[in-house]
Amino acid sequence: MLKYIAKRIGLAVVTVWAVATLTFFLMNMVPGGPFLSEKAISPQATAALEAKYGLDKPLFQQYLTYIGGAVQGDFGDSLKQRGRTVTEIILMKFPVSARVGGISVLVALTLGIPLGCIAALKRGKFLDSLISVVATCGIAVPSFVICTVLLYTFGAKLKLLPTVGLTSWKNYIMPVMALSFYPTAYIMRLMRSSMLDVLGQDYMRTAKAKGVSGFVSLFKHALRNAILPVVTYVGPMLAYTVTGSFVVEKIFTIPGLGGEFIGAINGRDYTLIMGTTIFLATLIIVMNVVVDIVYKIVDPRIKLK
Amino acid sequence: MKKKVIALLLATTMVFGLSACGGGGNNNQGGDNQSQSSTEGTDDADEGSGSSSGEKILSVQIGPDPETIDPALNSAVDGGNMLLHNFECLLTIDQEGQLAEGQAETWETSEDGLTWTFHLRDGLKWSDGSDLTANDFVYSWKRVCDPEVAAPYAETVLGMVEGYEKAIDGDLDALQVVAEDDQTLVVTLSTPCTYFGSLAAFATLSPVQEATIEANGDGWATKAETYISNGSFYVSEWVPGSHILMSKNPNYWNADAIKLDGIKFNLIEDANASYSAYQSGEVLMIKDVPTEEIPSLEGNDDYYVDPIIGTYYLSLNLNREPFTDKNVRKALSLAIDRDYVANTLMQGTYSPASNFMGPGWIDTDGTEFVENANGGKPYIDTENFEGNLEEAKKLLADAGYKDGEGLPSITYTTNDSGYHKVVAEYLQEAWAEIGVDLKVDIVEWQSFTPMRRNGEYDTARNGWVGDYSDPSNMLDLLCTTNGNNDGKFSNAEYDKAMEESRSTLDPEERSKALHKAEDILMEEAGCVPVAYYNDFWLQSDKITGSWHSPYGYWHFMYADIAE
Repeated sequence: MLKYIAKRIGLAVVTVWAVATLTFFLMNMVPGGPFLSEKAISPQATAALEAKYGLDKPLFQQYLTYIGGAVQGDFGDSLKQRGRTVTEIILMKFPVSARVGGISVLVALTLGIPLGCIAALKRGKFLDSLISVVATCGIAVPSFVICTVLLYTFGAKLKLLPTVGLTSWKNYIMPVMALSFYPTAYIMRLMRSSMLDVLGQDYMRTAKAKGVSGFVSLFKHALRNAILPVVTYVGPMLAYTVTGSFVVEKIFTIPGLGGEFIGAINGRDYTLIMGTTIFLATLIIVMNVVVDIVYKIVDPRIKLK
Repeated sequence: MKKKVIALLLATTMVFGLSACGGGGNNNQGGDNQSQSSTEGTDDADEGSGSSSGEKILSVQIGPDPETIDPALNSAVDGGNMLLHNFECLLTIDQEGQLAEGQAETWETSEDGLTWTFHLRDGLKWSDGSDLTANDFVYSWKRVCDPEVAAPYAETVLGMVEGYEKAIDGDLDALQVVAEDDQTLVVTLSTPCTYFGSLAAFATLSPVQEATIEANGDGWATKAETYISNGSFYVSEWVPGSHILMSKNPNYWNADAIKLDGIKFNLIEDANASYSAYQSGEVLMIKDVPTEEIPSLEGNDDYYVDPIIGTYYLSLNLNREPFTDKNVRKALSLAIDRDYVANTLMQGTYSPASNFMGPGWIDTDGTEFVENANGGKPYIDTENFEGNLEEAKKLLADAGYKDGEGLPSITYTTNDSGYHKVVAEYLQEAWAEIGVDLKVDIVEWQSFTPMRRNGEYDTARNGWVGDYSDPSNMLDLLCTTNGNNDGKFSNAEYDKAMEESRSTLDPEERSKALHKAEDILMEEAGCVPVAYYNDFWLQSDKITGSWHSPYGYWHFMYADIAE
């Protein structure tokens, strides 16, 4: 197990390095730059800015400087939000996204798994059809539509929920609903199909024949096997959700990390593009390792090599 | 049996569901909160007009998170709106658009126009209570020239000050800005600048506190605690991406006239979200109104449209055929139905542009520049499109392209935001009327700006919103060597007129030179003005005593909230 984790970490470092390198050169190939504005700033000012942030150096040297700093944990200063370091921005905004995203994932799991099970157990019945319809809607409707409908209904018309910021617990309700809709639907569908699969297995029939109660067979035998696909999905999903959604954060004015991903690219804020990309890549890799370990716990037959 | 299972599953779901909610806020009482939610909900909805503690906080929306609120670094209008409430320059612009005293109570200019002396008020203080003196202005203005700071507006606001060239290369003390004593600031210019007063009121030249900048570096303007200011309000809380809360500055010289306890700038990015916040009453004024709502808002008492100094225009690449021909340029210009573009396509959020310089620019005698242009007549009669179109066809024939025959296909390059695409489609249609085949090229903004600057286009969208109301701020754009002269318009007469406007001290002569420049520009069709910019916004009638300026600023400092 330890050996496995060590191996995965080694691999992760290489992956993150590859992602960082690719991103660095790709973003520099895109036209534009961080110091462009509709009104031309004087050549002296541009030159001074480029000198200050080392953008006047040859690209490969910039790359070496960046990687050198990143290895020591220095991700540089943001080029657009002057006076803030990239680390500062991520540390300030990630917890907000993580809180909203984390709650959404919890909601998705606590709703999706039971509802998926129910749909499987009630296969072909009315409840199953109802859940399927809801699940299909959840997957098909884009989040900005959900956000706008929620905002219009509960914010502007009924005036039940606050629409701006994250000042009280009530502010969380609409973003969490919007964020958890898709994963809930997805988990429901995953759970339903894998549960159906498991319920048809021989060992379930054997358990029933042996006189194991329905409750025990469901929780001890069926759920444990059926949940594996959900675990696979939850890992990366968690990484994406806790780093924030651009759309949801924009519409509900949530000071999270989601907007920074897009904002950094649109503004050619090179250091922030690098910082957020490396952060997300690392998080996804970590989640995948965690998923593997959870696999092992859920299903001891799986061997980690 | 199965029923039992389902019941159990549902029960677990509910328990988990509740505990998940608990993680979000600080409520662990589960169901109890449910009953409170409806009453608290209405409380929250009233937030826009004050907080529960009886403080009068005005809640508004001007834009998303400003990139910076460091006066030296800011170049955006939303940042400018923040600075306006946090800082006060030597001079200010009053409600009528005229220069007024600010931190300086009086000021005078020497006869040769080269020496400006400002006399500061007694007992000026920073928001932290420490004294503010003329030396603070010296420090701040030198900082603007510091290459390490790389202020985008340095040249605009200080380029005419003696010693600027040396200062920008690093020798800051060469800048001829001297504090004769704690209350007297003397500025020596290298060339006369009759509008230097407007610059002294420009946010870039706000005083900033040396102590906090020395202690916190560039980061001083990113946190409320270190953001020391001298204006009517100071930043008491800043949650980037959420809101900036400003509190009344008790150390401000005119604090007695300030009625609000605070202003909350909601950093809402999405127009639909800000509209919802306005409708729910959480925010009393929003700048970002969804354009699809405009038809239903027009005519409402709370919907405002007000001009700002700026023009939406087209750049024609004068280095390329066929735009070298004046008649072609004029034909293209006259074939545009500006009234239709501004009032129908742009839903009245713009006004048809008959001149290059629209409303809000101030002539040397304090009147509207546009009123005195072309002998009081518009250059292009926007109300007679039929006549203009006939003229356009004739001009094109004169240029040897009757009905567009022989004219090469041309491209219009623009980025895609606001009404740009709609205008592009309209141009395609409008120019087809005179036989011009137009291709539209939509480019991402970041790529568009360098393309336009480098002249890699035939025709391109362009626009300018003024920094200060002196006409030279926009007319300078068309000078041969100007960095923003994207169309590469080069006319010796024009440059000469602009040079005259710079060197003369006589207001009348200066006004004449500026008008002459615009005459030449319009006669030569050096660029194609299409529409004047307006600000349009929603504002509740509960707000009293605020005003909007042609600079694109909302002045809330002396506002009040009517109950």
